[in-house]
Amino acid sequence: MLQDYLPLFVILVVGFAVALIAVLLGMLFGPRRPTPRKAAPYESGIVPYGPGRRRMSIRFYLVAVLFILFDVEVVFVIFWAAAARQLGWLGFLAMLVFLIVLEVAHVYAWKKGALEWD
Amino acid sequence: MDAGLFWEWVIKSLIIVLMLTAGFAYATLYERRVIARIQVRIGPNRAGPFGLLQPVADGIKLIFKEELTPAGADKVLFFLAPIITVLPSLVITAVVPWGDTVVIGGRVIRLYLTDINVGILYILAVASISVYGIVLAGWASNNKYALLGGLRSTAQMISYELALGLSFVGPILLAGSLSLMDIINAQKHLWFVVLQPAAFLLYFLASLAEVNRAPFDMPEAEQELTAGYHAEYSGMKFALFFMAEYIKMIAVAMIGASLFLGGFMGPFVDRFPWLGPVYLFLKVAVWLFVMIWLRATLPRIRYDRLMQLGWKVMFPLGLLNAVVTAFVVVLVGG
Amino acid sequence: MSALQWVFIIASLITVGAAVMMVASHRMMHAALWLAVALLGVAVIFVTLEASFFAVVQLLVYIGAILILIVFAIMLTQRSTEAGSRLNSLAWGAAGVAGVIWTALTYVFIRWVVSGTPMQELGASFDDVVLLGKALVDAEGFAVPFEVASVLLLAALIGAVYIAFERKGEGS
Repeated sequence: MLQDYLPLFVILVVGFAVALIAVLLGMLFGPRRPTPRKAAPYESGIVPYGPGRRRMSIRFYLVAVLFILFDVEVVFVIFWAAAARQLGWLGFLAMLVFLIVLEVAHVYAWKKGALEWD
Repeated sequence: MDAGLFWEWVIKSLIIVLMLTAGFAYATLYERRVIARIQVRIGPNRAGPFGLLQPVADGIKLIFKEELTPAGADKVLFFLAPIITVLPSLVITAVVPWGDTVVIGGRVIRLYLTDINVGILYILAVASISVYGIVLAGWASNNKYALLGGLRSTAQMISYELALGLSFVGPILLAGSLSLMDIINAQKHLWFVVLQPAAFLLYFLASLAEVNRAPFDMPEAEQELTAGYHAEYSGMKFALFFMAEYIKMIAVAMIGASLFLGGFMGPFVDRFPWLGPVYLFLKVAVWLFVMIWLRATLPRIRYDRLMQLGWKVMFPLGLLNAVVTAFVVVLVGG
Repeated sequence: MSALQWVFIIASLITVGAAVMMVASHRMMHAALWLAVALLGVAVIFVTLEASFFAVVQLLVYIGAILILIVFAIMLTQRSTEAGSRLNSLAWGAAGVAGVIWTALTYVFIRWVVSGTPMQELGASFDDVVLLGKALVDAEGFAVPFEVASVLLLAALIGAVYIAFERKGEGS
């Protein structure tokens, strides 16, 4: 089984090397004449104001939390789908209960307005 | 472990990575020419015959461009972000077969890098990792528009990843395996797009959102975000973001073709295994054409609508499709 | 040594090294990235144990979801860009406690009978996907924990939504 996975490490190394070479090529051949104006944040020609990294909206955080929960659900579903035929009705019912409980969670988030984006 | 096998892997990896890079170069030309035709223009046709050398000219230009690092940037992450972005797009197709086996010089060569028993989960996992480069690029740039673009992009990608994962469930249920080779072999007689039209549609839309293509190209809305997460990037580092986007398009087309359109399967592929890569290439070319066509036709979707579509329509539909398909599969098979 | 052992040793070194870098890193965002490398190393160790399902779940759930949440959380904090203070006054005490716990755990594991049992080679036809699927829905297997997991996820969601919305109400 390790034989099936070793090629993935090989392509990871090859891909990393190609990406690194591309970046280094640009650094090698490109000119380098930095000025304070060039290094200022680009804001369409307007003089930059305020900090570049402001705190983001809690919305994004909430989306990430919802994603974790439903990602676990999706992983279970995919993994069960591969064996669904062998598992038969028992497996189907077990998964149905699991999905219904999580659908309650989904509907709860929906009704609470967690899926709205204002 | 014999050394021949190791070098076979290295050569195949190089072929995949270089083919994807070449594919990226010509996908940009393909897109520019097709969009030009749709808009009744001609498109780039000066560099070489039919403009075929245009990508080369673009590449050389980008290599000789000055690269800027913004003053407030996190230098390490600013350097790493383009590499982290492009790497997942290069390795994601490692589990997608290009064909069956061929014999070269008495050695049986499989026309794919590897076929792992959790291939589809691998694809989903690598897709979820590709979020990092974008969020880090936005954060490291110290530019409020880049940060907002990166955040929007991340939230969009993780939301549609759920629908993407659920769209895989249909083909998995029908094939009873997570390996892409098994799924393609199960489509020998009938493509899964016929049996799973809903899953196909879900996959198509979710994959558009996943690779930030029109009409879901919110993170790069130039009118409001000046370009999005790569606003501060120039030269080859910018080229890597560009490369990641187009390679992801190709990867999405390859994966979609394998899951729903029979992958490398086609007439006479049993007798002439070399036809496999040709069929796959043709399917990918058609898929890319549709993506480009959509970009030329559809306006961009507003961000709140985009998120609502993902969470309120596509995710429940994906679940419904999975349950109904499972019911039928268990009914027929059990 | 076999290729398997080499992969294991390299992956372990990378995991431990990344974990040390994560703790030693002064910038929170860099620490998060080192954590990603450490989790990746753990995924490779799962592969060497022939647990492919756990390897991809490690990638998908830990790196692809939970760490994204951590990155978002860092962005939510006010001082995300500043380098943190070098050392907390309690750092050496904490290091001492961690060292004692580590020594104790290592002692327990060395003495544990299971660790002396040689690993068995799994057959070529071994399919962990189907076996795990069966164990998951079998009443004598993990059917109950599996269903309880869905309730746990439901509770986590309700908590997250409640916290996010209460804060919002007070703020505006």
